[in-house]
Amino acid sequence: MPWRTTKSGMDGQIAEMLVRAGRYLRRAPTSADLRSVYLTGGREADAEVRQRMHHDTVVRSTHGVNCTGSCSWKIYVKDGTITWEEQQTDYPSVGPDRPEYEPRGCPRGAAFSWYTYSPTRIRYPYARGVLLEAYRAAKASVGDPVAAWEKVVADRRTYQRARGKGGFLRTSWDEAVEIVAAAHVSTIRRYGPDRIAGFSPIPAMSMVSYAAGSRFFSLIGASMLSFYDWYADLPVASPQVFGDQTDVPESSDWWDAGYLLVWGSNVPVTRTPDAHWLVEARYRGQKVVVVSPDYSDMVKLGDEWLPAQPGTDGALAMAMGHVILCEFFVQRTVPRFVDYATRFTDLPFLITLREHGNAYVPDKFLTAADLPGSEADAEAAFKTVVLDERTGEPVVPNGSVGFRYGTTGRWNLELGDTKPLLTLYNGPSVGVELPRFDGADTVLSRGVPVRRIGEHLVTTVFDLVLAQYGVKRPGLPGRWPQSYADTSEPCTPGWQEQITSVPAAAAERVAREFAANAEQSGGRSMIVMGSGCNHWFHSDTIYRSFLALLLLTGCQGVNGGGWAHYVGQEKVRPLTGWAQLAFGLDWARPPRQMAGTPFWYLATDQWRYDSFFADAFASPLGGQRFAGKTVADLIARSARSGWMPSYPTFNRNPLDLAAEALAARPDDPAGHVVDELIAGRLRFAAEDPDAPENWPRVLTVWRANLIGSSGKGHEYFLRHLLGADAAVRADEVGPDGRPTEVVWHDNAPEGKLDLLLCLDFRMTSSTMFADIVLPAATWYEKHDLSSTDLHPYVHAFNPAIAPPWQTRTDFAAFAAIGRAFSKLAKDHLGVRRDLVAVPLTHDTPDELANPHGVARDWHAGECPAVPGVTMPRLVVVERDYPSVADRMAALGPLAERVGATTKGVNYDLSDEVEYLARHNGLTPAGRPSLATDKDMCEAILAMSGTTNGKLAAAGFVDLQRRTGVVLDDLVEHTRAQQRITFADTQAGPVQVGTSPEWSGIEAGGRRYAPFTLNVERAKPWHTLTGRQHFFLDHDWLIEMGEQLPIYRPPLDMALLFGEPEIGARSELGITVRYLTPHSKWSIHSEYQDNLLMLTLSRGGPTIWMSPSDADKIEVRDNDWVEAVNRNGVVVARATVSHRMPEGTVFLYHAQDRLVGVPRSETTSRRGGAHNSLTRLLIKPSHLVGGYAQLSFAFNYLGPTGNQRDEVTMIRKRRQKVDY
Amino acid sequence: MRVLAQMAMVMNLDKCIGCHTCSVTCKQAWTNRPGAEYAWFNNVETRPGQGFPRTYEDQGRWRGGWTLNRRGRLTLKAGGRLRRLLRIFANPRLPALRDYYEPWTYDYQNLISAPSGDDIPTARPVSLTDGEPATITWSANWDDNLGGGPELAVHDPVLRAMSERIKLEFAQTFMFYLPRICEHCLNPSCVASCPSGAIYKRAEDGIVLVDSNTCRSWRMCVTGCPYKKVFLNHRTGKAEKCTFCFPRIEQGIPTVCAQTCVGRLRYIGVVLYDADRVLAAASEPDERALFEAQKQVLLDPADDEVRLAAARSGISPDWIEAAQRSPVHKLIFDFGLALPLHPEYRTLPMVWYIPPLSPVVDALRDTGFDGEDAANLFAAVDALRIPIEYLASLFTAGDPEPVRNVLCRMAAMRAYMRDTTLGGTANESIPVSVGMTGPQMRDMYRLLAIAKAEDRY
Repeated sequence: MPWRTTKSGMDGQIAEMLVRAGRYLRRAPTSADLRSVYLTGGREADAEVRQRMHHDTVVRSTHGVNCTGSCSWKIYVKDGTITWEEQQTDYPSVGPDRPEYEPRGCPRGAAFSWYTYSPTRIRYPYARGVLLEAYRAAKASVGDPVAAWEKVVADRRTYQRARGKGGFLRTSWDEAVEIVAAAHVSTIRRYGPDRIAGFSPIPAMSMVSYAAGSRFFSLIGASMLSFYDWYADLPVASPQVFGDQTDVPESSDWWDAGYLLVWGSNVPVTRTPDAHWLVEARYRGQKVVVVSPDYSDMVKLGDEWLPAQPGTDGALAMAMGHVILCEFFVQRTVPRFVDYATRFTDLPFLITLREHGNAYVPDKFLTAADLPGSEADAEAAFKTVVLDERTGEPVVPNGSVGFRYGTTGRWNLELGDTKPLLTLYNGPSVGVELPRFDGADTVLSRGVPVRRIGEHLVTTVFDLVLAQYGVKRPGLPGRWPQSYADTSEPCTPGWQEQITSVPAAAAERVAREFAANAEQSGGRSMIVMGSGCNHWFHSDTIYRSFLALLLLTGCQGVNGGGWAHYVGQEKVRPLTGWAQLAFGLDWARPPRQMAGTPFWYLATDQWRYDSFFADAFASPLGGQRFAGKTVADLIARSARSGWMPSYPTFNRNPLDLAAEALAARPDDPAGHVVDELIAGRLRFAAEDPDAPENWPRVLTVWRANLIGSSGKGHEYFLRHLLGADAAVRADEVGPDGRPTEVVWHDNAPEGKLDLLLCLDFRMTSSTMFADIVLPAATWYEKHDLSSTDLHPYVHAFNPAIAPPWQTRTDFAAFAAIGRAFSKLAKDHLGVRRDLVAVPLTHDTPDELANPHGVARDWHAGECPAVPGVTMPRLVVVERDYPSVADRMAALGPLAERVGATTKGVNYDLSDEVEYLARHNGLTPAGRPSLATDKDMCEAILAMSGTTNGKLAAAGFVDLQRRTGVVLDDLVEHTRAQQRITFADTQAGPVQVGTSPEWSGIEAGGRRYAPFTLNVERAKPWHTLTGRQHFFLDHDWLIEMGEQLPIYRPPLDMALLFGEPEIGARSELGITVRYLTPHSKWSIHSEYQDNLLMLTLSRGGPTIWMSPSDADKIEVRDNDWVEAVNRNGVVVARATVSHRMPEGTVFLYHAQDRLVGVPRSETTSRRGGAHNSLTRLLIKPSHLVGGYAQLSFAFNYLGPTGNQRDEVTMIRKRRQKVDY
Repeated sequence: MRVLAQMAMVMNLDKCIGCHTCSVTCKQAWTNRPGAEYAWFNNVETRPGQGFPRTYEDQGRWRGGWTLNRRGRLTLKAGGRLRRLLRIFANPRLPALRDYYEPWTYDYQNLISAPSGDDIPTARPVSLTDGEPATITWSANWDDNLGGGPELAVHDPVLRAMSERIKLEFAQTFMFYLPRICEHCLNPSCVASCPSGAIYKRAEDGIVLVDSNTCRSWRMCVTGCPYKKVFLNHRTGKAEKCTFCFPRIEQGIPTVCAQTCVGRLRYIGVVLYDADRVLAAASEPDERALFEAQKQVLLDPADDEVRLAAARSGISPDWIEAAQRSPVHKLIFDFGLALPLHPEYRTLPMVWYIPPLSPVVDALRDTGFDGEDAANLFAAVDALRIPIEYLASLFTAGDPEPVRNVLCRMAAMRAYMRDTTLGGTANESIPVSVGMTGPQMRDMYRLLAIAKAEDRY
């Protein structure tokens, strides 16, 4: 195009003259054409702006918020005041050919400093006025704090009813801490230490702040409650399939993927600092496919959008598995896929078949115990069997859990000359029946090839998988889908379209592309999976159907491939040292660690509202194991079998019980307890959770907002746990539906807790309901450590300012509580023995307690009661109560005497204890000091393999001895000398190293991907077979019909609870699916009250809904609406958007009720929080334990606090609201 | 030729995740002060959507920017200067607070200090302008992520002007984010609008600033700026605006919004331009030719003649060198990816945008084609969920061709790189099909994907 110069000029001449005159008023060069003013000098504005940018200092810190970001930030300070924050950019480079981790951060983090001086900042200690006045009066009359507390508690309902209704009074730290200490001492004395609980989540987000409190609770014998399973963030499929809690790639490894399926995860919103990896990887040709029910932020970045109906993801995944099995295993065979399946999965292992009517059903893994000649082998029942392709004979390959604890050197995945046979096809075959849950009122009738071995008819897991996925092979009996389009039989693409609404052709093609990419790239297909799939009742089955896709295509344990589960988890990279301090393992073992979900389920009496028996979830092919049993019955069963932990444990004070047992049988106190249980004189507390002696009495919440954020069944918490006003609308179950093994009290308790203590820096629903609130320092006011699984660094919190007003760090607060406690304990408690019931624990020989996962109940006389086998281990632990404060501040002697064990690998810590003695100095008693938070940081780093190369090297030597494969080369000589100190982390983020604490190999600038150690070094997974599992054979899994990956739809709330069907209309509005995904404007409830976030959103709680649903109830954008179901009531404004699917509403997660929530029309009381409409539902199969990978560990296995299956009615309400 | 240097920015919208971190850090650094609560020097808009302030692009209503008068001469759209001088005390073309939003806070103190009562205390919204209880009906980002849906998005001026009818329905949903700061225009209409001469363009780097000592609160700049990026501080009565964080730029540190951009989508660089060509370019009669005219104002810093002229204009050698390494120059010229926002406003804006590509292949899905396949590339681009016409209305005064060319290059880059990434041989016909060479395409990939900090700034 030619450059034109004609006709240009400014408007008229008179104007020019005037303007020129005006410009003369300001002595500045103007452009010749009078358009513009250019200035080089005389620019006073410049100076003014510069002044605004000035600051005195910049301090490195981060945000201890439950988001997995672990972003390092610069905090700007001017005149002793925090002004604003900006991301650090000094992460160690990941290499020249990939993007860097800079800058990490998000708008929530950038808005954090608002809190520092905001009016919601808690500046002083507070206590509920009625409580404080009662305590002061009691103390004035009785003098002793413990006696005063007991006097106050005698009239507990008075202050419990005032919970949540304002009326806080300022108190002093000394007074507040005295009350807290008195409550703890009194409760230990009257009820036992296991009636005290601490709740704080996600240690990685501020390890010392977690450990400061958990160390106190562990030392006094109180329970720490798990959070990962309780948050429903734990994918139970991970322990089931991998025998691991969760281990996932750092976000830099997304870059390596050639094909990325983003499934139920909204990466830009929930993994904001990591989203760029995905965006940028597209430029190197990565294809991104998004599965999401709504047009989410993530969909905007995807190449394709598969809008599956909420909760139906499993059906899509099963259909994709069908396509992959058909096209890559049966019609054509991909050697790499077969090789991977043979070496790294349980697919070649043999499963026995059991007769069932005219056909068979799959039963148990065939083990060495089923073969002749194994009589002498005590672990034979834990050694699984394959058929050797060359000889056709059964072989017991290395690596199963039976090789883990006895003989050394055979716990590895080396196959030697054995070539496991994947399929028995071309032999005889039989019909098998398999369950289906997709609504059809039948079971699947299919067939598998079989072989007879001894008395057993067996087939392979692979053959069962083909049957389950409906992949037809000529000659096998049964009903099979005839084509991909066949809608009559699971699991075809056509079948899934009816369920998910994803076009069959799209499902088929994405499956094919996914597998073809894996074939072409050597396993670099990845699935990023999120809470959209993981927060359902049946999430484990959904996840197992996802993981199947990865295992079939050989993607797991490959950089750029495998699962990338990012839901609430955060990796405490320096795990060993942290665990040592956090649970006081250096002073006393074992600590009490409780599974959160059953704890809350019983404590909040949600079990009393279960209007169904547990067999509602059972398989049509099951054995009636759950018939007539409620979920509460199953929890009691799990507790007494030692499957899940159970605190409070017995209906007695465990201190008194220990004293009695030691007096009765000094050599075998456990034997005495067993006798008492069998005689019925002693009972498990879980068998009578409403008896006053079995209530939890004291609860401390810190670094968390339990009541306003994570408390599923919020209104039940308020009514039964706290005794406050509540909006529960459901009725308790009638006499015909009640538990048989759990005591029913006609009047449900209200107000079980004597004391709720919260430490926070801002007001939340938890602080609003707390009896005592202690003012916490923020993340810019303390020392601590942060790490995550999304990046491989560890870095520091540092105080930009000292804690202002009367705020204190968690470390300082618990130190004060510990001191006050110890002082009162001298007179009231002294040194006591405590009887701790320990569940059968993962990564210990307890995993061998139940051969074949046979569920036996000693209480029903099915087996003897043997601690550590058919019931919990019973251990006596000394509690030196007057020394608690001193012990908190010193590294105890068990560190060097016993060392540390992480995931079954032992670490000798004596050198590190010596180092810490020199580095931190000694206490008066001669122990290494932990007197400051910095001391604790140093100790965590020194005692962990990821941050101390010498320990990593020693750990690999230990693991090499156990496995018999070479591992000691993984920590190069130089790194074995390398130690990360706290000062290093203060200077900048520091890369951690390869360690047996985790499963990825990171040497040489390689990015972290889980299970590369297993795949490349033949190190077994911590499972029954030592491989990744498709098949699970525990009795209760069989009962659930979940031996194999399977599609289970969302729960039918109409069937279970009598809620209306989705789409039904009534005076309460239209019934819709109710989802609570994570918000763009908060991290859980954090930031949702932040003025910046509120200004960038809609200034208060909103419910997103589709225009068509809005039309049905005559709602326009920003109208007030009310959502109601049996659990409670929510008032919010409507955000109407066409990006929402019809029939589903979103109330974004944890919009606490404290900001602009009016009273509801339904109750005339304050509208609820997002969990006012949810409640707990416990899946029986999550309660199993004591069997290989299905054994308890803290935050590793336990029932999930899921909430996605819920429905609500929603309607327009009066637009004039009243606060 | 009169060579001047200009700090300029490119934002790659394809990488924007809509997180608003830039808005928050900018706000915290610059406008968290009384009177400026409602001012967002940096904001992020969901498109389609009304923008901030509402419908600011509707120049039929707001009269921002420049236009050509009947004689083809450049004149402020708000009216000739004489006319404006005569109406200086009554300016009807100002957005009211309700067009931005009425800032509010909450009675947070109530949460701690509420006396013992009968219900859970809550923090009610309270207006920041008059302290009265507030009803919140609009915010700084009300229609984020298509909130308000069809009811609000239909008022998007860009959507309204489109010939093609867009269905605002679930199955056809599309959106993208548009982060905006002051454009630091080469032909700033705010500067020309100010009767006091309080707004100036810094001679050395082109940053447009308000001198608050000289500002007399006429607010003509607010009207004059078609992007509505000059704000009146209600407390001080002075105009305020984005400073391109010059105190940081002067120290070699990127602007706050760029430095804190977690999407890593912002590029900052120096461009050289010929001040003598500005008026002519801004006076280009054909709106669709304005984009090309604007490019022609910019000079090639590698050109010897330009270098000499720049040196003669007093531009220091390191600035000339910076202009040669400028990622902004590369993205506009070498890779041809960056487009100006609303060139038809004739201000010659200096914040440029790479239009969003995704999601591409979705529309081909049901027909069984893979849009990633090189053979389907160009069909895929035409099947974009985001209508090209919409993007063209934003960036090229409605001309679809430049937008299509950019999207084809981005799509081609992905196809080309995929072969390499999966260990195959690169298909050199792919870059050729979009007028590039293989090495050029790899360079482009490095700048867009690897995007190291030293290459972004």
